[in-house]
Amino acid sequence: MAFLIAILTLVLIGLVVLVVGAPLRRARRLADASLAVDDGHDVSDGAASGASVAADERRHDELEAAREAKYREIRDAELDFRTGKLSRDDYDAIDAELRAEAIEILDQIERSASEDGPEGPERALRPS
Amino acid sequence: MAGLGFACLLLALAVCAYGIAASLYGVRSGRVEYSESGRRSVYALAGVLTVAMIVLEIAFLGNDFAFNTVADTSSRTTPALYRAAAVWSSQEGSLLLWAWLLSLWSSLALFLTRRRLRDVAAYATAILLGFGGFFVGLMVFYANPFATTHPVPPEGVGLDPLLRFPTMIIHPPMLYSGYTLCIIPLAFGMGALLARRVDADWIKAIRRFAFAAWLFLGAGILLGALWSYSELGWGGYWGWDAVENASLMPWLTGTAFLHSLMIQEKRGMLKVWNVSLALATGTLAIMGTFLVRSGILDSIHAFGGHTLGVPFVFLIGTLIGGSIYLVVSRRDMLRSEHRLDSWLSRESIFLANNVVLVGLCFVIFWGTYFPLISEAVTGQEASVGPPWFDRYTVPLALILVLLSGVGPVIAWRRATLANARRNFVVPIVCALLVLLALEIAGVTQKPLAITMFCLAGFVFGSVGQEFFRGTRARRAMAGEAAPLALLALVRRNRRRYGGYIVHIGIAVLFVAVAASSSFQHASQLGLSPGQSTRVGAYSVRYVKPTATLTPKYDEAHTGSTLSLGALLDVSEHGRHVATLNPSEGFYASQEASQGTVGSLIGGQPVSHVAMNGSLARNVWVAIEPDIETPALKRIVTVGNSTLPPEDALVGIAYLARAYLQHPPQAQFNFLVSPLVFWIWIGGLISFGGGLIALWPAPSVVRRRVAARSRARALRGLARA
Repeated sequence: MAFLIAILTLVLIGLVVLVVGAPLRRARRLADASLAVDDGHDVSDGAASGASVAADERRHDELEAAREAKYREIRDAELDFRTGKLSRDDYDAIDAELRAEAIEILDQIERSASEDGPEGPERALRPS
Repeated sequence: MAGLGFACLLLALAVCAYGIAASLYGVRSGRVEYSESGRRSVYALAGVLTVAMIVLEIAFLGNDFAFNTVADTSSRTTPALYRAAAVWSSQEGSLLLWAWLLSLWSSLALFLTRRRLRDVAAYATAILLGFGGFFVGLMVFYANPFATTHPVPPEGVGLDPLLRFPTMIIHPPMLYSGYTLCIIPLAFGMGALLARRVDADWIKAIRRFAFAAWLFLGAGILLGALWSYSELGWGGYWGWDAVENASLMPWLTGTAFLHSLMIQEKRGMLKVWNVSLALATGTLAIMGTFLVRSGILDSIHAFGGHTLGVPFVFLIGTLIGGSIYLVVSRRDMLRSEHRLDSWLSRESIFLANNVVLVGLCFVIFWGTYFPLISEAVTGQEASVGPPWFDRYTVPLALILVLLSGVGPVIAWRRATLANARRNFVVPIVCALLVLLALEIAGVTQKPLAITMFCLAGFVFGSVGQEFFRGTRARRAMAGEAAPLALLALVRRNRRRYGGYIVHIGIAVLFVAVAASSSFQHASQLGLSPGQSTRVGAYSVRYVKPTATLTPKYDEAHTGSTLSLGALLDVSEHGRHVATLNPSEGFYASQEASQGTVGSLIGGQPVSHVAMNGSLARNVWVAIEPDIETPALKRIVTVGNSTLPPEDALVGIAYLARAYLQHPPQAQFNFLVSPLVFWIWIGGLISFGGGLIALWPAPSVVRRRVAARSRARALRGLARA
């Protein structure tokens, strides 16, 4: 029994190392492959470029979240109007304001995507 | 197998330590692979703790009394289903359940955010693993569920009879799921502060988890209330017990958070408030866990005095200190992006609702921790009882119900007085109709309860009007039949209409609480066979005593050696209503000094309540048979001195026969509670509404809605 438990424990440890270490092994493989292509490449550039990608991603996520929230606000205002909670004048004013804000966000997404590359704008404008 | 279980705990501790280090290194250095490895540590933790949980379950189901926890909380005579649930009836097993559920929910949260919020998620990973490590550490160093004993005892003590109740099988997992889910908004909130990303994105990522926490915690609380009412002999469903209160507090702040996060999502407002609520809810969940385990406050739900108090105090202190530091140090970036457009808007109603909910939480916090506060200040422990809680919570609950009716009919951003007046007509008429109906029915006493009924009528009117108008608008737009239009309306606006259904459920629940507590008839008295009494409109006659000898197995799985009860005939205006059979189970004790016969029934007696009722009214009876009469005591004494252990049950059989032949007067506790089951029906309605709000819209629908919204926005561009 003790032997079986020892084997099971070792198997469990092996599985944990396999699961947890996978990203590190993959990064190592990618780094090796990249070194093989460009021997004189400075490794620190990779981290800098990674940080820049992370910043872009972050900006993109923020804009997408803002866009979704704005869309929801537009729909909510319309439902409030249709269920009699907003007068026509108030609704028109709020709707125009919300649409202007939505367009501003879409513009920002478009600008951010065009800075990212040729496929960027299409990706950015695609509803998630 | 105990060795494998403990090895899992050690491995889990190592995984937590590694995962924290990897996540923090990854996010600080920008090395994504380390953050990714940290996230996978949470998955690994879930896997390892699942193995640990399986090992413990196998021990319980296989009656492996070498495990201390199995020997202490289970036995061969405990039915298999209760043996499986007995895992979390001990301190050690419940800690494992806590850590396991935390690892599962954390894995789900981090899996769903794997492509977003990388920096926030990396900090959240470290925090979640910190909590996981804390609980695993408690098991490794203080309360090991895999501790064994030698020689192995031939039989276990058995599951506490009070816990042999179906809802108690799922009550703890529900409650613990609620508590552990509360940790996810806390971890992401702290992560957002640490990463200095306090926009609405982190709110969006954890919104469903906050909702799920609210749902599970609420379900756990209501299941606990059902257990209390149906199983405990006092007849109540809520006693303002410290542990009950501890579970209610994070639910209240969680409710406030669910409302106020919408304001941040839409308007970029209330950032400080939202992040503070997320942190407070998580901290209150940990404090609730601490209360159950530390034994510092008296509660029937607590595990009793233990050594876990100091580590918990350290954790709570760190949480509170860390939360305050993070919020204060990031206050500049937590400024609101907009201001409130109008005081007559849904935002302002949500703000008022938040103030009431947090006020309720504060009152309950003060009342719960008052014994500790008074001891610290005066040196003497004093406590407050239900009347104190009722004095402050009832008015706040009334305001809360009123606001839950006002919110749905007020528009976001700003509403005009003319619109508001028009929208309030139907709800106010509904409230007045309720008042009129009560007047006609002669219900004129108890003004607070009557106010609650009218306010509930107001809520039904306001939510009903919303469904009606929404369906009408949908029909006008799409030309659908009314049922289809209603379905489409709810499907396309799940959060809004799911939330409205929750409001209906809460109003139903409050009506039931008000009716059952204000108009309850109660009677406590002694009766002998043949005697009758009146309780409210009912007449109850004690027909004859009953006795059941349950040596090994019994139909109700009560596990008692002897069960003594009464057959009661309940009638209303001379018409037979029901026959009830309340009883009290007498259990074996481990006290050898009670003698061979006495020890078979010397344990804590447990009442088995009998109930009958409709949705309108519930008749509830508990009995306390007297087995301390000289004649019955003599049977036990003689049995103790003459019967060997293997024949001790013969003595119990004599005692049962004597009880049936010459039954002494038994004490009865009668209750007639109107509408009491509507508490749980209200809970079910809320649960259903919560599920609707929580359920994600299919991605096709989401894409279509997003595309339509974009087209609408761009139409504005064309016009501009």
